[in-house]
Amino acid sequence: MTTIAGHMRVARALAVAVFATTTALPTASAHAAETEVKIDNFAFAPHRVVVKAGTTVTWINDEDIPHRVASSTKLFKSNALDTKDKFSFTFTTPGAYEYFCSLHPHMTGTIVVEAASGSRAAQ
Amino acid sequence: MSSDHDHGCGVSRRKILECMTWAGTGVLWTIAGGTPRSMGIIGEAEAAESSGLTFLQISDSHVGFDKPANPNALGTLEEAINKIKTLTVKPSFVIHTGDITHLSKPSEFDDADRIISQARLDVHYVPGEHDVLDGDVKLYRDRYGRGTKGAGWYSFDANGVHFIGLVNVVDLKAGGLGNLGDDQLEWLEDDLKGRSASTPIVVFAHIPLWSVYPQWGWGTDDAARALDYLKRFGSVTVLNGHIHQIMQKVEGNVTFHTAMSTAFPQPAPGTAPSPGPMKVADDKLRSLLGVTDVTFKRGQQRLAIIDQPLKG
Repeated sequence: MTTIAGHMRVARALAVAVFATTTALPTASAHAAETEVKIDNFAFAPHRVVVKAGTTVTWINDEDIPHRVASSTKLFKSNALDTKDKFSFTFTTPGAYEYFCSLHPHMTGTIVVEAASGSRAAQ
Repeated sequence: MSSDHDHGCGVSRRKILECMTWAGTGVLWTIAGGTPRSMGIIGEAEAAESSGLTFLQISDSHVGFDKPANPNALGTLEEAINKIKTLTVKPSFVIHTGDITHLSKPSEFDDADRIISQARLDVHYVPGEHDVLDGDVKLYRDRYGRGTKGAGWYSFDANGVHFIGLVNVVDLKAGGLGNLGDDQLEWLEDDLKGRSASTPIVVFAHIPLWSVYPQWGWGTDDAARALDYLKRFGSVTVLNGHIHQIMQKVEGNVTFHTAMSTAFPQPAPGTAPSPGPMKVADDKLRSLLGVTDVTFKRGQQRLAIIDQPLKG
């Protein structure tokens, strides 16, 4: 049973990896960065993500149970994400953004947004 | 009690055995003399008599689920309903403890209604989190919310037993578990006010009202307040779903019981990386799905509960 589940998880992970490399995600601007948070095993992975302002974060549900990504401050909220469904939000203002699954609220995560000025200066 | 021994699960020991062989379809509850009783053994099952109140619990039908753990959840729901139709003692009604659908789609609610109505029994529902994916609970309330308060809570009486359907799947808080909320708790306190402590109480809700395994979200944050309102009653039975497996705990006058799903099993607490659907061998699936049958009989102390798999 564990073996079967393990194989399925690997298969799903591969499917997501292929999808991510062959699909262009919408971007807020030419400079916008993108990052992904996977939802699997009733958890957000990575649990904590640090990004520059202007980054679009995309959550992908990689398991057989629907989840719903909701900001703790109601800044954003996805629809129910079924298997392979995605939700994106672009973070423009520095700060720490807590979020959770509004269906399974013990699932929590944080997006830390840092000022983008440093990277701009380097360009 | 000895006079009951020829009157199990309706009529005879043979029939009790018949009832038990299809465990996995639901949970048979017998309310005997005020306290619900899980009819896990034949001696207990025999306490049930056709003169008492018998009702059935089904849960977590997840209509629309088609993943490897069970590619045909609608089919196993139909198997459960077909089992119910063959019961020797017809239950007075059914309670459904939520997750009727997998994704709250109108077509899933339609399919569920089409199959469940074949039992030709009244069904008292409470929603699971999968039934309120539209956020404002409109789809659920339009179908099942008539005569209910808030997100769908209500109470009713049958054969001297007071039944309370609670909703603990809306307005959930970050980092938390199931949630009843102040409005519902105030309603509950008011609903119980003035009732005799000897009134048998059956509370049903989707997420367990006891702390089964908080690490997986299997509990309800403010359940303690509800249980505080219930503590003066001599017989309280709490029926839940959500965790897709049978668990039971008795604490003072309160019996807690969770039912199997009719759709897919979930792992025992802590035995897997997550509580996600558990894929088992095809020939084992139906032994992990089922319903619960409950019987109440006046003059006896406990409800009788039989968990009935689809296939022994």
